[in-house]
Amino acid sequence: MNDASQSLTTRVEPLKADAHIVLATFLNDEPTLVLTDGQILIGADRLTPHGENAILMASCDGTRLITGGDDGKIFLFNAKDSAIEAGNEKGRWIDALALGPSQSIAWSAGKKVIARDGRGQLKEWAAPSTAQGLAFAPKGYRLGIAHYNGASFWFPNTEGKPEFREWKGSHLDITFSDDGRFVVTSMQENTLHGWRLTDGKDMRMSGYPSKTRSFSWSHDGHWLATSGADAAVIWPFKDKDGPMGKAPRECGVRHAKVSSVAFHPRALVLAIGYEDGCILLCRLSDAAELLVRAAHKDDGKITSMTWDKTGARLIFGSENGAAGVLTLP
Amino acid sequence: MSEKIPVTVLTGYLGAGKTTLLNRMLTEPHGKKFAVIVNEFGEIVINNDLVVGADEEVFEMNNGCICCTMRGDLIRIIEGLMKRKGKFNAIIIETIGLADPAPVAQTFFVDEDISSKAQLDAVVTVVDARWLKEQLHDAPEAKNQIAFDDVIIINKTDLVTAEELADVERQVRSVNAYATIQKTTKSAVPLDAVLGKNAFDLDRILDIAPEFLEDVHGHHDTSVKSIAINIPGDIDPDKFMPWISEFTQKEGPNILRCKDIPSFKNEPKRFVFQGVRMILDGDLQREWKPDETRQSKMVFIGHKLNRAAIEQAVEAYRA
Repeated sequence: MNDASQSLTTRVEPLKADAHIVLATFLNDEPTLVLTDGQILIGADRLTPHGENAILMASCDGTRLITGGDDGKIFLFNAKDSAIEAGNEKGRWIDALALGPSQSIAWSAGKKVIARDGRGQLKEWAAPSTAQGLAFAPKGYRLGIAHYNGASFWFPNTEGKPEFREWKGSHLDITFSDDGRFVVTSMQENTLHGWRLTDGKDMRMSGYPSKTRSFSWSHDGHWLATSGADAAVIWPFKDKDGPMGKAPRECGVRHAKVSSVAFHPRALVLAIGYEDGCILLCRLSDAAELLVRAAHKDDGKITSMTWDKTGARLIFGSENGAAGVLTLP
Repeated sequence: MSEKIPVTVLTGYLGAGKTTLLNRMLTEPHGKKFAVIVNEFGEIVINNDLVVGADEEVFEMNNGCICCTMRGDLIRIIEGLMKRKGKFNAIIIETIGLADPAPVAQTFFVDEDISSKAQLDAVVTVVDARWLKEQLHDAPEAKNQIAFDDVIIINKTDLVTAEELADVERQVRSVNAYATIQKTTKSAVPLDAVLGKNAFDLDRILDIAPEFLEDVHGHHDTSVKSIAINIPGDIDPDKFMPWISEFTQKEGPNILRCKDIPSFKNEPKRFVFQGVRMILDGDLQREWKPDETRQSKMVFIGHKLNRAAIEQAVEAYRA
């Protein structure tokens, strides 16, 4: 790891931030950091739509950014000069956010789940228990909601009852495969649960020493990388049975837990961020590793990483406010 | 590793004086900045403190541990709070009257993200001197709550006679021999009796044990009781560890809390256990002092616990 030819550390430009980083991303190609102390840094601009309130959740798809605060407000940014207040839950904490197709967004506060379509029309659903995680299906206007004892799938524009898939325990985050065939949740019990949506078949993906709080799908949709172990755990989803009966791959084994994962948008290369501030790039084909950032215990865990759309730059942020941009040679 | 944020759990029946105490904790000068997790914003005085509303959501962990429940809402709130380091240096959790304190306490043992950053400092219950007797009689939950406590504040003592008060105190002691009891009116206890108790420093609790044992034995009217065991000399960890782990697994549903400091052979440091039901958390702490008598002290609070059996088992592991 000390060999300079295997290291990209000199290609990292640090960014200045001084609070827990909720999200490190690129909004319209500008490096963007969302901080818990209420600041949103987009390029050289500093925005504070939530005032002094904390930002607890944020999500970005490259052209849209949404933030949810402990003031109960949801702000939506298309470009840096056009933030709109998309919702206000009046002082309740925002627990989860999601960006969907056709300019739709969704958020939750406690059991209340709100979907807002591209025209600004709001629909509301009361989950059976707190909605901990939200994700839109890749096609159609359909929202997956992770909650206690299972997940629900809601079409906000239809009157019917959301479809409920039961699995005992507390479900945290939720993600759909790109082809919409599978959905995976992370659980309080340090495990993942998956459903094949075509037939509802259960998939249990276990063996984690801690909770998985970061997911990333490969650009070809064949792999799902996850955090929570001393290596990035990567599950195969190419075949019709997905990971059923298959062992996952492991990448970047270290004596530290993985806290964040981000697949490159064009190649089977995974950025792996650890609880000690270290970041590696790992190539799936031969498990070759490149050091992006050495461990800095004081920086805390890497909380967020995102590639830009061409995969030339990787932005990252940590729990204690360390951040930077890697530019590939 | 950075210091863990202390968490005080404040319980008590409606009208016992809990809000009065909470308001004093929030307004008196003590140099602390609190994050307060409440059920109702009601009559709380909000100054510079961070006050968060909670919906008590008790979850069962799907991990094969039948009595393992926790508060899902607390996990989310504390995770959110921890992202704001420097804004507060202690947490107070207010729970409603008859809420089972186990899920709250267990949250701090079971969830690793939480237990790595916050630690239970003390469970404090405010009781009304006039009504405690009836409450203990009518609601078994009231007993469980008292069994869980580190600090019990008997409030409104001016409204009962000295005899009645002595009776209330005996009742409390019969359920929990180890909690600190504060007798007061208008919740006027010194705040250092409530904050910074460091429940993990078990010396105080274990040291006061013997003098109360006789009292406890004299009472047969309660199903919840405390058992204290004191074995002089060292014990063999290779034999003791499998036993305690099996014992808490098997007896977990009956154990409300346990606090143990076994003296392990050839170990210069003290091993300290703290447990809630089936969950046991242990760690090597400070060194045994040169002038300290090496002995193993254990306290179990719960239902249907067989003192002789525990004593016999531990006795067999003497090194």
